[in-house]
Amino acid sequence: MVKSKYMPLDGANAVSQAMRQINPHVVAAYPITPQTAVVQNFSQYVADGIVDTEFVPVESEHAAMSACVGASAAGARVMTATAANGLALMWEMLYIAAGMRLPIVLTVVNRALSAPLNIHCDHSDSMGARDAGWIHFYAETGQEAYDNTIKAIRVAEHPDIQLPVMSCQDGFITGHGVERVGLLPDEAVKEFVGTYEPKYALLDTDHPVTMGAWDFTDYYFEHKRQQNEVLNNCLPIIEAVSKDFEQLSGRDQSIVDCFGMDDAEIAIVVLSSAAGTTRAVVRELRAKGIKAGVVKPRLFRPFPAQQIVDAVKNCKAVAVLDRAISFGAMAGCGPLFLDLTSALFNLGVQLPVVDYIYGLGGRDTMPSDIESAFADLQKIADTGTRGELVRYLGLRG
Amino acid sequence: MAQKQAPRLDLPWRDARPGGVVIESGNSETYVTGTWRSMRPVRDMEQCTQCLLCWIMCPDAAITVQDGKVAAFDYDHCKGCGICAEECPVNIKQPHSVTGQLGKVIQMIPETDAE
Repeated sequence: MVKSKYMPLDGANAVSQAMRQINPHVVAAYPITPQTAVVQNFSQYVADGIVDTEFVPVESEHAAMSACVGASAAGARVMTATAANGLALMWEMLYIAAGMRLPIVLTVVNRALSAPLNIHCDHSDSMGARDAGWIHFYAETGQEAYDNTIKAIRVAEHPDIQLPVMSCQDGFITGHGVERVGLLPDEAVKEFVGTYEPKYALLDTDHPVTMGAWDFTDYYFEHKRQQNEVLNNCLPIIEAVSKDFEQLSGRDQSIVDCFGMDDAEIAIVVLSSAAGTTRAVVRELRAKGIKAGVVKPRLFRPFPAQQIVDAVKNCKAVAVLDRAISFGAMAGCGPLFLDLTSALFNLGVQLPVVDYIYGLGGRDTMPSDIESAFADLQKIADTGTRGELVRYLGLRG
Repeated sequence: MAQKQAPRLDLPWRDARPGGVVIESGNSETYVTGTWRSMRPVRDMEQCTQCLLCWIMCPDAAITVQDGKVAAFDYDHCKGCGICAEECPVNIKQPHSVTGQLGKVIQMIPETDAE
């Protein structure tokens, strides 16, 4: 373990510090609130000669991801950052990055998608991209955003993975919120991420290759099956990388973070910053003798189905908190609920689960909101009656 | 020219090269695209002036040239786009040797009518 240097940083700055330490070959990015600070800080490092990165100030996010695809295919270690509509504009290239098996690392500072226009946090941007074939990390704090960014490089570039990684944190809430963040020594990060050695590189002129070529009825299906295979089997690799980072940093990196789950009767499953609020409420409830718990997956793709199901299977009632809507899904539920309930069903666990849509467009989620959800869960656990499948936290009635 | 190895089209999914990376150079030559054609270009060799505009314009390099002269259409790769017939600048004086029509040296006929 090496000693981290703790300093007050906002989550965006924490990520740009990670990028400085990683010192990627190429960063191509376009500014969008609330991601701007990530790239603004990083471009200062480029201007000051602190990093060796080729910084490409492109004209749009579509161009940003296109440049990343080109640079990654050329053999470079590549990073970028975006949010909300910027991520939406990258859409076409997200699938291309994954399909070409390019280990690009993208920081997302989650923000609501327009319309109506809103710059504040929810997960509709990255959740919309959940089927693009990327690996998705979600961070509760600026510290986790920093940690995940560094792990993401090792995960993406692992020879048995070779897939792009999206590392998400909550816009403004952690992105602009200043907190205590521990930075590893530069040398330790440099050693942890190592040198990228691509299997194929367009600039390796001794071994010329063609990438992104015609892939018709004869092989496209086989290549998609391979992508599925990688995502189906990469969880142990991500766990091993996380373990390595845990040993290096001394900070817990469990894929599914549990609090109070050993004997929880009622539990909430939630991603990112709202997990912190939920944990604080759980602490208070447990002090009153209520067996509450919280499950926070750090990873959404691949979905750690078995781990989450194992964590909640002995509960009497479970709530999922979704900061996005899968419009038109059953009862208008959210993506985390869809994945969790399908995991429960397919692993043969039957228990009442309800979904709470919360925090859309940056709506504050207060401890009292979480308390009301736990009160509902207690009622479900006591009566055995599930009631409304999808509910809303903090929505004016 | 060395014989190009055709890519295998029967590999199981586990053996396909991830990401569709192609490591054999120039193997598109072995990929026969002529079967896509619905219209076939035909040339009246006698009346062709050998201006080579068709050779310049063909997007698939499907017009073969020998000793500076147009030799034939490569029907394994010609997709029948008709650009050669459109660009052909020569209005023939005699009926076309294949179609029997006046018009250009290169004309398009339905693939179903071709031998």
